[in-house]
Amino acid sequence: MQNEWLYIGLFLVIGIIVPIVPLILSRIVAPRKPNPIKQSTYECGIETVGENWVQFKAQYYIYALVFLVFDVETVFLFPWALAMNQLPLFVVVEGIVFILILMVGLVFVWRKGMLEWV
Amino acid sequence: MTFWSDPINFIAEWLRGILTGWGMALDWANVLIASLGIISLILFSMMLAIFLVWVERKVVARFQDRVGPNRIGPYGLFQPFADIIKLIIKEDITPTGADKVVYNLAPVLALASVIFLWAILPLASNIYGVDLNVAILYLVATGALGTLAIIMGGWASNNKYALIGAFRMVATMISYEIPMVVALLIPTILSGTMSVRGIVEAQDPIWYFILSPLGALVFLISSIAELGRAPFDLNEAESEIVAGFHIEYTGMKFGLFYAGELLHAFTFGGLMAILFFGGYRFFGLEQYPLVGFLVFLAKAMFGYWVIMWVKYTMPRIRIDHMLAFNWKFLTPFAFFVLVVTAVLNKVLSGLDTWLFASLIFGANLIIAWITIEILRVYSRRERRLAEGNIPAPVPPAHH
Repeated sequence: MQNEWLYIGLFLVIGIIVPIVPLILSRIVAPRKPNPIKQSTYECGIETVGENWVQFKAQYYIYALVFLVFDVETVFLFPWALAMNQLPLFVVVEGIVFILILMVGLVFVWRKGMLEWV
Repeated sequence: MTFWSDPINFIAEWLRGILTGWGMALDWANVLIASLGIISLILFSMMLAIFLVWVERKVVARFQDRVGPNRIGPYGLFQPFADIIKLIIKEDITPTGADKVVYNLAPVLALASVIFLWAILPLASNIYGVDLNVAILYLVATGALGTLAIIMGGWASNNKYALIGAFRMVATMISYEIPMVVALLIPTILSGTMSVRGIVEAQDPIWYFILSPLGALVFLISSIAELGRAPFDLNEAESEIVAGFHIEYTGMKFGLFYAGELLHAFTFGGLMAILFFGGYRFFGLEQYPLVGFLVFLAKAMFGYWVIMWVKYTMPRIRIDHMLAFNWKFLTPFAFFVLVVTAVLNKVLSGLDTWLFASLIFGANLIIAWITIEILRVYSRRERRLAEGNIPAPVPPAHH
């Protein structure tokens, strides 16, 4: 058990190092002649207007909020799914009640019109 | 134990003998052997990514009635190597005002997040990195890292198009994560384990594709969306936002994003094979690990081909349609399939294997039929509403 997580740790370290190698190689081999026009923001030839870090649509934020309702499912439903073979039918039904409660959240958001892209 | 029955442990034992013979402590020898194994696994996945560039270009050419790369080497096989050399010797441009650290870290993380998935992929019955007992949760967690890389790249580039691409990608990924997790729950329920190797072993007589074709379909759709490939490629929609989140990346940094995307698609093909198509199993061939390995690669390549097939035949859909499709259709549908599978799995658990399989398959067919009927009624109503708004066509004038 402990060894498995040591292996994962080793894997993560090596997995980060491997993509860095071609970048270093490119650093050594590639030419470097920067100039202001080359480094300007690319917008198909037109000069950029105003700030580049612009405000974005609030709709994205609302979708993120709706997602939070469902994110808990990962935590609570996996143990339920895992232990299902040992559990009585009653507990399976309880899990379904939990899913229904999540669905009530989705129906609420839907009825409120938050899923419409305006 | 011979090389043919257990190749990895055979080589590991042989190396361990040599290293301890040189006077190395056993723990350090184990760490060194594990590192060598990890490096060879990662290098294999990298070689595969290079090969996939060729596959992708060849297949898209065939879909578009072209020949594809055919000049360098037999059938153009060495084309990707030429591409890599070109990418490495290209100048690396960092735009002014970019957040340097985040900008440079994003492509590394984009590829690394895919490589991390290879730690748990069972390539054959005894060729695998590690057999985690919470591998499914590990999958969900590393999947989120890829999203993070795209946000980082889009945000740090200091470019409006890149920022729009990044936001679209976040909206897609957090939305489609829900049906994907639900689809991952279905093999967990059927097998009673979260270890991917356990799931493959549990598909002994019957693949889970037969027990849950709808779960496999939901997994396919949501994984295409998670990959950000067409028809869900709004994050890099060329015709609207040039190249989306990687618009400012040049040279090898772009190459890392590209390799990451292709390898990610192949890895999801592999996960599809593992979760629903029996992984390395194929009518008893899995007892020879090297044959099982080839079987797994063939199944994963088939999954990858399906993803490419979808990519090159579907037009891109609008972002409001994409999010509406997820929240108003795919998520409720996935939960409905999950509930039906869970109840049937519990109620029918005492039955004979084949009877169980045919009943649960029949239930899936009924769900599919009901869904198609509901969609038909709904689309008919929508069409009538739309037609009501259009003024009646003017009759042609008679002479």
